[in-house]
Formats: sequence, structure tokens, C-alpha cells
Amino acid sequence: MKNLVEINNITFRRGDRVIYDNISMNIQAGKTTAIMGPSGIGKTTMLRLIGGQLKPDSGDILFEGNSIPSMNRQDLFDCRKHMSMLFQSGALFTDMNVFDNVAFPLREHTKLSEQLIKIIVLLKLQAVGLRGASELFPSELSGGMARRAALARAIALDPKLVMYDEPFAGQDPISMGVLVKLIKELNDALNLTSVVVTHDVTEVLTIADYIYIIADKRVIGHGTSEEIRNSDSALVQQFLNGKADGPVPFHYPAPSLEESLF
Amino acid sequence: MDFFARIGRSIIDNCSTMGRASILFWGAMVAKPQPTKSIPLVIKQMYVVGVQSLLIILVSGLFIGMVMGLQGYTVLVNYGAEESLGPMVALSLLRELGPVVTALLFAGRAGSALTAEIGLMKATEQLSSLEMMAVDPLRRVISPRLWAGIFSMPLLALIFSAVGILGGHLVGVDWLGVDAGSYWSIMQAAVDFNDDVMNGVIKSIVFAVVVTWIAVFNGYDAMPTSEGISKATTQTVVHASLAVLGLDFVLTALMFGTE
Repeated sequence: MKNLVEINNITFRRGDRVIYDNISMNIQAGKTTAIMGPSGIGKTTMLRLIGGQLKPDSGDILFEGNSIPSMNRQDLFDCRKHMSMLFQSGALFTDMNVFDNVAFPLREHTKLSEQLIKIIVLLKLQAVGLRGASELFPSELSGGMARRAALARAIALDPKLVMYDEPFAGQDPISMGVLVKLIKELNDALNLTSVVVTHDVTEVLTIADYIYIIADKRVIGHGTSEEIRNSDSALVQQFLNGKADGPVPFHYPAPSLEESLF
Repeated sequence: MDFFARIGRSIIDNCSTMGRASILFWGAMVAKPQPTKSIPLVIKQMYVVGVQSLLIILVSGLFIGMVMGLQGYTVLVNYGAEESLGPMVALSLLRELGPVVTALLFAGRAGSALTAEIGLMKATEQLSSLEMMAVDPLRRVISPRLWAGIFSMPLLALIFSAVGILGGHLVGVDWLGVDAGSYWSIMQAAVDFNDDVMNGVIKSIVFAVVVTWIAVFNGYDAMPTSEGISKATTQTVVHASLAVLGLDFVLTALMFGTE
């Protein structure tokens, strides 16, 4: 299977803090790949690296064989027309209604007539179940609806790659179910490649074709849902089963309690 | 040593901030023009920063003109020179008060709003999402606001001065009885279009560039938190006001210092 994105031995630091230490991953074309891991280990950073918003300190990231970190701004913008990102907050433009938000990338990057744009936008909104909400403003949408509207905008230009940043965070069970269904169905129907960054284990195991678990600056486990479930790594099992203590300690590093108290 | 290290760190931080501000200014000013997209955006922003600032400009201009009329009359009448009220009000407004007070009001009303809006767009990832949609935020967000400020402020300053002159007339002529013919004719004779009106316009163009630049940069560079946006908004008003007052002295010295 061809890889749409290849992450080769990247190291990334924020100041003195190492976020990734020589990490490698492959995102297969047409598949849903999940990147999981505890909060704060830099999962969103990985999406920003793939999108070229950040540059690794070393290593390379290839999109369709082209190196993202070494692209100039124009090439990077051309490349981004083939990828899109669903931000955790949705990041809808608050001064536009849902229709205009979805139409935005079409108006920016195509010369389609308004009539054709209207048809495309309504079809995208139909796909996420929000055709009836096209005239609403982002402030009038629930959290789940805002993410679905942002998803319609993300797929407006029919990108090859869609990156989802914590799509299930803070969602009620119904909204979560809708988003899980949408991610899976859109990936299959539009022949997209999806990268889902999340720590919602149950949901992602049902839709991901391949899973990477990141912790401690490296990939601690990867494989299909079945392989991950059967992993003998204590770290992977702690993450999957949500154990409070284990290789990832319950206590943040600190001097001993006696030393602190007395 | 800590003291010197802090001074050094502060100098480096300030240089770095100036560098980032210059890059933003350059990127926004030379953004590839796309007339069909850019013009409607600039017009929309002119409505937001210009038209919506009109009320505060009109009311302030009227009252400042009225106060000048009253203060000017009480001094001039002692020397029997109350007919000179017209040029006194007009020259003060066109040369100084119009551009300066408009810039200060613009910084407080439109500048703070620009900073807060852009800062919130950053905090809610709207600027990042533009980047990811291959749309340059400097072209789409910063440039229209910068140009709208540059176009709007000189117009607002002229309106401010015109309303102020009418305010002076209201108090000086209609209330205190200065001769209307003297008010207008001496003003017409004393005010030179190039020296007074155009120099005022040049001042307000310079203030427009500086105030709008400070406002959009503080928003773009704000920490994407509620505290960061609050700090950036305050910084806009303080920095822009100080810059306007400082630059006013420099420009006044250059324009009128050798007369």
C-alpha cells in the first residue's frame, strides 16, 4: 500500500524540551490512521508538523514524496490545497454563517460560479447533516454541530488528506457517535486519507485501520486495532485500560513527600 | 550581573518584537493584490473601523470646537481681537487637534477592537485554519485592516476638524456674538491649504499607519489566552497614544519649526 505521508526519523524540540526523539511513522493512502497517546505529549504538534506549520529540528516529512520542511511558502500553500485539518475548536470564522464558512475555500482557490459553489456547499453540508443549518452563525451552533460544519469546510476542496485534531474531545455520546460515523463514512466514500489524533481509545479502535501510540517522545506501539489490543507493552496496556499508575506515573516528578513536608 | 542580564534580555526582546512587527508590516503592505477579493474586504473594514468611529469623532469634534470657541473668546476679547477667533479655532484644529485627537480616539475605539479581534482569531485557531487552507492571514486578515485604517483616519481627522470649526462657530458666533463674516473671512485669509490643511492630512496619514500597525501587530503577536489578549489590547492603546504624541512633536518640528 502506498504511503501518502512518511515521517522519517524526526526530532522536534520546544526550547530545551524534546517533544519527539527520532520518531518515524507512515500514513497509508486511503486509510484511517490514528495517533494516540496521553495528554500533553504533542499529538497536535505532529499534525502541525505534517501541515508544515512547524519544522522539525531534524528528519524529514514527505507528502506524496515531497519534503514538507524544505518547501518554500508558495509550494507549501500549493501542497496545503491537498490537505485539510479539523481543529479541536472547529475554528469556524465567526463573522460568517455556516454556508459562507464552507464556501470560503472554494471562493479562495477556485473560479467556480456562485451557482456551482452553492450546489457544492449544500452537498457537503448534506453529507454532515447540517444543510438545514446553513444560515446559522457559529455562535448559534452546539459544539458537535460546529465540528461537523468545520468538517464540511475541511472536505470542501476534496482534499487527499484530512487531519482531525481531537475530534471527540468534550462531545456527548450522540455527537461522538455522529462524528465517528462521519469520519469513517467520509473516508470510505470520498477515498480520503485520514489522520485522527485522539486519546479516546474506544471510539478510535472501531474506525482506525492503523494505530500509532506515542508516549515518552517516541512510538511505543503501532499496528492494527487487534495488534494494539494484544500488545504486551505495559505502557500500551496502561494507556488502553486507563490505569492511573504504571509506566506513566500518577505523580508528577517531585522531591519525596517527607522532604517537602518537613 | 542579574541587572545587566535583564537589561540585555529586554533589549533583545524589544529588537525581536520590532523585527516581527516589521516583517508583518512588509508582508501585509506588499501582499499580492487580488482586487476582486481585496477591495470588498477593505471596504468592509473601512465600515468597521471608519464609519463605526464616526459618532465618537463627531461628538468629540463638536465639543472640542465649542470649548476652543469659548476659551479663545475669553482670552481674545480682552485684547479686542475676538474677530480672530475663526483662524485660532481653524488653525488649532487643522494643524494639531484634528489629527492628534482623532488618532487618540481611533486608537481607543478602533485600535483596541482590531487587536482584540485579531487576538481572538488567533486564540480560536482561525488564523491557523487560514494557514492550513493555504490562505495567507497577512493578505486576508491583516492587510485589509491596515489599509482600512490608513484610508479612514485622514478622512475622520478632516471630519473632526470641520465639525470642530462648526462647534467654534456655534459658541463664538451664535452664542457670544462674534461677527459671522469676520469668523469666516479672517479664517479663509489665514488658513493656507498646503501649509495647514495638507500638513494636517500628512500628519494624520502618518498617525494612521502607526496606530493601525501597532493595533494589528499586537493582535497578531498576542499570547492566545484571555490574559494575553487583555494585555495586547491595553498595549495597543498605550503604545499607540505615546507614539502619536511623540511623532506629533517630530512632525510639528519638521513642518512648522522653521517658520
